[in-house]
Amino acid sequence: MRNWIACAALAFAAATGAQDTPPDELVKGVMLEIQAIVAQDKELQAGDHAKTIALIEQKALPHFNFGSMTALAVGPAWQKATPEQKKRLVAGFRDLLARTYANSLSAFRELRLDFRPLRMKPADTDVTVRVRVLQSGAQPVDIEYDMEKTVRGWKCYDVRVAGISLVVNYRTEFANLVREGGVDGLIKALEAKNKAAERPAAAAAKQ
Amino acid sequence: MRGRQPSLRAAASALVLLAAAGCATTATDPRDPFEGFNRAMYAFNDGLDEVALKPVSRAYKAVAPEPLRGMVRNFFANIDDVFNGANNLLQGKFLDGWTDWFRVIVNTSFGVLGINDVASDMGLEKHNEDFGQTFAVWGVGDGPYLVLPFFGPYTLRDSGGLVLDWELDPVVRARPIALRNSLIATRFVSKRTDFLDASRMLDEAALDRYVFLRDAYLQRRRSLIYDGNPPRERRPQE
Repeated sequence: MRNWIACAALAFAAATGAQDTPPDELVKGVMLEIQAIVAQDKELQAGDHAKTIALIEQKALPHFNFGSMTALAVGPAWQKATPEQKKRLVAGFRDLLARTYANSLSAFRELRLDFRPLRMKPADTDVTVRVRVLQSGAQPVDIEYDMEKTVRGWKCYDVRVAGISLVVNYRTEFANLVREGGVDGLIKALEAKNKAAERPAAAAAKQ
Repeated sequence: MRGRQPSLRAAASALVLLAAAGCATTATDPRDPFEGFNRAMYAFNDGLDEVALKPVSRAYKAVAPEPLRGMVRNFFANIDDVFNGANNLLQGKFLDGWTDWFRVIVNTSFGVLGINDVASDMGLEKHNEDFGQTFAVWGVGDGPYLVLPFFGPYTLRDSGGLVLDWELDPVVRARPIALRNSLIATRFVSKRTDFLDASRMLDEAALDRYVFLRDAYLQRRRSLIYDGNPPRERRPQE
């Protein structure tokens, strides 16, 4: 269980493969690549924030469909949001997720991964790729990627770590904020959270 | 006996006060009808964690190197396997149950009283079971979400399971009392230390930590009850 964080971080791994790379190979390639990069980089292991963000931006984030993720997390209110509001919701959620996972990347390196075989039919457009993280003295932790087929290749729209779905977990929080202050209230809360988190990160980077 | 009373009463009235303060919040989630009380308990636990448990866990992490912490973790995990096995058998998962008990035999002998998890290295996978999950498999519903003082997030059903877990726990039954207390404290600190990163992440990820933790707990329990394969909820249409 102590490795949940690292698992969650690994969950954001991503590859540079071709667009028609099967989803399980895509996940495997990305995770192993990020693990290899972190293993060779002392600064990443020490938690260098700017460098970690750059790595995540380049290798992981392109494989996520933040539009789908945000729509699912926001729920019914998404339908009523204006295009401008949607844009800011996606940007806010993306920042929040990217930062959270970037901050746990340094724990990556020692994880023992077991890539589970994926049973999928050629016509499938929505699959779950499962990776197990093996650890001593604890039950293995499952990371599951819900992937959808898009014109730009397979994209991840939800991650479950130890059975906890990221999207589902934000759903109640978001619904509460929408009920209290409308979609704008949610946007404001997301942007305030991101802004508050930037300051300590920037301060740490200067030291 | 007499000496204990005032402090107990003080603690109890502090809890009641906190609960009363928390009742101002209205409950909005059907799974969490006692949200006011729960938020107060959460604040109480969080305060206690901040002043006592977290500093001690940080110190433990700083002083004890990972190999040593791993041995401590494995020692207690080995004891847990006795109950993982019992619960798997009670749930009718006989192969899993016997695997758990075989793990105990292997780890207690070859793993030197459980401090090495050689069974996992042999491919005997560890499970995560408790009486709350067994009750769930027997058909008992979750019941309302409850945050217990000192113990943290539970559901009503899992609180019932916790009573049994605690009653039968050899660590809790260990004697003399001084030994029992230090074992309980060590296990607590060991577990909290493993969650240091997780609690930091909770701070970073959550807009409302109480809600985030509650939803994560309920999702996690659901996953555990179904051994990692809960019936998948269909993706809502966008």
